[in-house]
Amino acid sequence: MEDQIAGTWWWPFVMILVAGWLATDVWRWLGVFAGGKLREDGELLIWVRCVATALVAGVISKLILFPEGILAETPLWLRLAATAFGFASFFASRQRVFVGVLAAEAFLIGGWLLLDALG
Amino acid sequence: MSPSGDVPSDSAPSNENLPDRAWMLRGARAAVSIPAFILTAAFVGYAGLARETGLTLLETLAMTGLVWALPSVVVLTGALSSGMGIIPAAIAVALASVRLMPMTMALMPLIKVPGKTKNWQLLIASHFVAVTAWVYAMKNLPDLPREGRLPFFIGFGGAVSTFVFCMTGAAYLLVERMPDIVAGALFLLTPVYFLCSLWGAARLNADRVAMITGLVLGPLFFLYLPGLDLLWTGLVGGTIAYFASRIVRRGLS
Repeated sequence: MEDQIAGTWWWPFVMILVAGWLATDVWRWLGVFAGGKLREDGELLIWVRCVATALVAGVISKLILFPEGILAETPLWLRLAATAFGFASFFASRQRVFVGVLAAEAFLIGGWLLLDALG
Repeated sequence: MSPSGDVPSDSAPSNENLPDRAWMLRGARAAVSIPAFILTAAFVGYAGLARETGLTLLETLAMTGLVWALPSVVVLTGALSSGMGIIPAAIAVALASVRLMPMTMALMPLIKVPGKTKNWQLLIASHFVAVTAWVYAMKNLPDLPREGRLPFFIGFGGAVSTFVFCMTGAAYLLVERMPDIVAGALFLLTPVYFLCSLWGAARLNADRVAMITGLVLGPLFFLYLPGLDLLWTGLVGGTIAYFASRIVRRGLS
């Protein structure tokens, strides 16, 4: 019975609606109602911002330390060095995001090609 | 140099009375930006993954448009391809999406006009909350007059997601297989962009401390408490950052 349903053309779309759309947007809706009562200058908002910021920062370091796909095959030190170089360039350019991203990419690709040529 | 930075000062006084539609257009125009291109690159990378996994074009597009948060999309792709049941899949996706709640909460006081903004308007806007648009909004919305922020954000989010939606479809159809080095470079784009712009979006010392605690705790919780790791990173790292910077601000009161 369950296999029959899982084989239909529409089952993936039910999955996407329930396990994708609903399971994701419900948090956004909860955020709207819980955030609607926050005062803009309140201490509670500062804490909520801290939680959200730390969370996004956690996403960042996970993406660099435990990347998915082909990037996982580069050495960790190269990814860290490229990120550090990008972040330093970001500061050196008076906080221009574009410069930071470009510098990190140049470092990564340069290092990658060099390792390929050596190895 | 004007202290307000990006906002041109000559047009500032007349900004106040613009209709919502004009603010939406401005938001849509602002969407032609580096963050939008980086997000597009990330979704182009995802389109390749979706095709390799065996998802159809329609399924890939439905996920992109309806879920609109890349980590959750990736989790759902894994669930679909492994034939996971709908309940476990929903739980896995919900866990990957908890982060959207504090992010949306922090955004609300910024885009809401007390006594005027309707909840349904906020609910529509909230669908565009994902890391890219959130970081952009936290950085740039405070420079706009309050009345313009919500329509600007909807215009920005709508334009970015429409563009990414189309490019994901195009990439699914056109990109046969990316060279390794291009695919790898695309994967590094996202964290470096987040790192720089999150630092740029920080307004208080508390935000900067939270960023550092999050960077350190993220991998630790991932190794020792996988699954709920991001939630713990946010709660523990954010709370430490809040109290540490509060003690610096006001002493031990």
